[in-house]
Amino acid sequence: MPHDHHFKDPHTEQRLFRNRMLVAIIGVIVLLGVLVARFYNLQVVNYDDYRTQSDDNRIQVRPVAPTRGLIYDRSGILLADNRASYNLSIVRERVKDLGATLELIGHLVRLDDGDVAKFRKRLKRRRPFEPVPLRFRLSEEEIARISVNQFRMPGVSVEAELVRYYALGDLFAHSVGYVGRISDRDLSNFTKEDVRLYRGTRSIGKVGLERSYEKTLLGEVGYENVEINARGRVLRVLERQDPKPGVDLSLHLDTQLQQVASDALGDRRGAVVAIDVNTGGVLAFVSKPSFDPNLFVTGISFADYRALSDSLDVPLFNRAVQGQYPPGSTLKPLMGLGGLEAGLISRETKIKDPGFYKLPNDPRIYRDHIRWGHGNKVDLIQALAQSCDVYFWDMAHRWDIDGMHDMASHFGLGSKTGIDLPMERAGLFPSRDWKRGARGMPWFPGDSLNAVLGQGFVLATPLQLAVMTATIANRGTHYRPQMVKSVNGVVQPPEVLHNLEAHPNNWDLVFEGMEAVVNRIDGTGKRAGEGLNFRVAGKSGTAQVVGIAQGARYDSEALQERHRDHALFVAFAPVDKPRIAVAVLVENGEGGGKVAAPVARELFAEWVPRPDTQVETAQETALSEGADNG
Amino acid sequence: MASRDFSHRLSDAHGSLRKPVSLARRLHIDVPLLVLLLVLASVGLGMLYSASGGDMSYVRRQSIFMCLAFLGMLIVSQVPLDFYRRWSPWAYLGGCALLVGVLLFGTGAKGAQRWLEIAGFRFQPSEVMKLGVPMAVAAFLHQRAQPPSLVTVIGALAIVAVPAALIVRQPDLGTSILIAASGLFALYLAGLSWKMIGAAAMGVLVAAWPIWQWGLRDYQRQRILTLLNPDDDRFGAGWNIFNSKAAIGSGGMYGKGYLQGTQSQLDFLPESHTDFIIAVLAEEWGMRGVLLLLLLYVLVIARGIYISFMAQHLFGRLLAGSITLTFFVYVFVNIGMVTGLLPVVGVPLPVISYGGTSLITLMAGFGILMAVGTERRRVHF
Repeated sequence: MPHDHHFKDPHTEQRLFRNRMLVAIIGVIVLLGVLVARFYNLQVVNYDDYRTQSDDNRIQVRPVAPTRGLIYDRSGILLADNRASYNLSIVRERVKDLGATLELIGHLVRLDDGDVAKFRKRLKRRRPFEPVPLRFRLSEEEIARISVNQFRMPGVSVEAELVRYYALGDLFAHSVGYVGRISDRDLSNFTKEDVRLYRGTRSIGKVGLERSYEKTLLGEVGYENVEINARGRVLRVLERQDPKPGVDLSLHLDTQLQQVASDALGDRRGAVVAIDVNTGGVLAFVSKPSFDPNLFVTGISFADYRALSDSLDVPLFNRAVQGQYPPGSTLKPLMGLGGLEAGLISRETKIKDPGFYKLPNDPRIYRDHIRWGHGNKVDLIQALAQSCDVYFWDMAHRWDIDGMHDMASHFGLGSKTGIDLPMERAGLFPSRDWKRGARGMPWFPGDSLNAVLGQGFVLATPLQLAVMTATIANRGTHYRPQMVKSVNGVVQPPEVLHNLEAHPNNWDLVFEGMEAVVNRIDGTGKRAGEGLNFRVAGKSGTAQVVGIAQGARYDSEALQERHRDHALFVAFAPVDKPRIAVAVLVENGEGGGKVAAPVARELFAEWVPRPDTQVETAQETALSEGADNG
Repeated sequence: MASRDFSHRLSDAHGSLRKPVSLARRLHIDVPLLVLLLVLASVGLGMLYSASGGDMSYVRRQSIFMCLAFLGMLIVSQVPLDFYRRWSPWAYLGGCALLVGVLLFGTGAKGAQRWLEIAGFRFQPSEVMKLGVPMAVAAFLHQRAQPPSLVTVIGALAIVAVPAALIVRQPDLGTSILIAASGLFALYLAGLSWKMIGAAAMGVLVAAWPIWQWGLRDYQRQRILTLLNPDDDRFGAGWNIFNSKAAIGSGGMYGKGYLQGTQSQLDFLPESHTDFIIAVLAEEWGMRGVLLLLLLYVLVIARGIYISFMAQHLFGRLLAGSITLTFFVYVFVNIGMVTGLLPVVGVPLPVISYGGTSLITLMAGFGILMAVGTERRRVHF
């Protein structure tokens, strides 16, 4: 054995070793102390914190979204349904290479840049291990292709979700409206309570009844305390509080009547509103053009949205409640009643109509729409039947504008009708105060001549005109218009907003005049009653879109199509016992009697022959209760 | 000198030939150490059953590993110490050759080459060097006068540096540091002067910045950063530590009960049956369980130190001391990592963690310890 040339001293060796080992033992003891202190710190000092952390890991409170309430028409036809939609979702934490996974998915299902862009946006707002949807409404074939390739894509899954489905598509887009994904803007308006209510829910009513009855339809969120593992898989439910489903709505709307109104309007732009005279219930509510509300439910594509928002026909615009039009001559029955009540005119009042009207001390000439006039002995009946302007100018000149304004107000003009739809516009009926405040100008006599014919400052929505007509048909009982007939089977009582006291004779006279519009040989609205075996009363109207210079003649050929007059017609039927009131607006339709009146006729032909509403209501209540129980 | 007298008395008392040689001693079995290791192994199997989610197949396989490892330990302990001393230079050189082979022909995963495949068998040469390096250093120092001269120190450092450098290249920084430590422990125990130790410590401090800047790989830097700010990246690199701390902390003083640990049973705890197994123990048995386990380790270490004190030769003394201290370092590094005191390095908890290779090496180390402890007494002056 080779030895070192130094002398080996076992004792020195042992001493050195013991010396070093003792120091090492001290080191070991110190480090063990560090470990014990560490465990003491983790397990005793900070026990509560880590206990909470571990429970947070393990127990997840999962919101359980309630089922949204359904929407039926008056006869139980389902307008808004919930259907299972299969969505492709990704748990980001389980995907190693997101880019590669997205590319692979792109080969299996249709995926456009918009989907991916929206997905990446949603990805930023997620909670850890939350599945983030990438594509909605997978087809059967797409689901199959994903399933087959599932093993290649950990973290990718197909999830079922209930989404809104509007079976009748564009027919009820402007009344029922639609739901859409909760947006950042929705979120920023949320109260604390809203944040709680919408846990687990991805959709919110955006327009129409879906929006105005949002809280009713939504229901109450439920909760589940679930134990999950690290991969987010639910192992068991520890505790569950069931969600309360949203409440179902039944509407006054009638699908058949709605279809008739929509067909009658055809491809023209415009609106039709039909109201049940005895309740204020809205029977038909059409705004055209319309759109498919299903496009919005899971998020509309950029291209689809651009097509809708850029269209000159503005299909997203709800003409029936948001469109404010000069009501034109449709105001004449109301004005006539006002004149009668104010004692300005009577059944015997007759005027001479040379085809124009001149205010004293005013060179301006106000032309009647018939250049040669309506004759020398024009009374109220004829003035309504033939829509004689001079008769009403003569009356307006003698009538204080504030009186006229009050009368219009009784019929709901110039203020919101209070219908249960969002975004309603109020229209306008001017007064002295209004003109001073809004325009800073005094009231001129000429303003009254415009106002009495529903021109100038006057604006009204088609809904307001329908309410006005229904109020006339009711002889002064002004109901609040209502879309929803019953909530969860409980019938909503009609609400009278105002009762106008007027002399029965005056009502008779106005009815007679409106009947003459439809039934007299020289009436402007004969087409509203053609071939019907009951009596219809109505009034036509024409609203100027562009002002016509003094002395110029209106030449429809020369005007751009979109600058032509709007055609209007309001009517109710049957005259002896009115049940339905209708307002029709056809944008750029020119002749109220020619274009709008036939639309009203179709609605009457559909509605009036049906059994009386009272009987029907009783049947309906029974039917809808049956549907709820089933 | 008092200390000299003390050592004389000690050596006289225990070096006595009058004592009858027991059966265990003749079989080269250190009974206290064997009992402690068997207890540890049982604890390990019990924890493994829980950590694997009640999967008996893990327990069965680990039991087989343990049988093999204990058998290996008893075989290793039969070999005379002189044999190891004489053959250690060759074993060391062979080990270095294998490490070179790993770099040239090795296989592995995740960008690291750690295994060598020979005739269908896969093994890690770095495991061999866990014992090969301290043995070589001890044998080298055994021949030389103590305290080691500067030349001797440089020689010993070279013995340590070559395999350490080769293993760093695999790359496997953790194993490299631990192997280097085992060699350096032998050198330290041989009586390395405090001056040199101080100088080395200064050197490490000075070198720290360049090593951080150029010596470490990105993932290694990341692990150290994660240690410093574990909450920065809860769902990324900090996930392991966040969850192991939550597991340990939520265990409290008394634990959640065997098989009741939510962190480990619900898979929140990564690597719960291998490197992070003490978190399972801490969660389910609480701090009292941890203290009992630490007590078992302390007893093993105490026995190892006792054996090293009683060793007949410098070689056995240094080797036993080095193996014992390295064992403690494994325990400390593993627990320090799991509790978030040290960066995440892949060091299993000795005897408890699942895995065959490291267990066999570890038990071979204890076999050498037993060989040292049961060496025939010889009178020497």
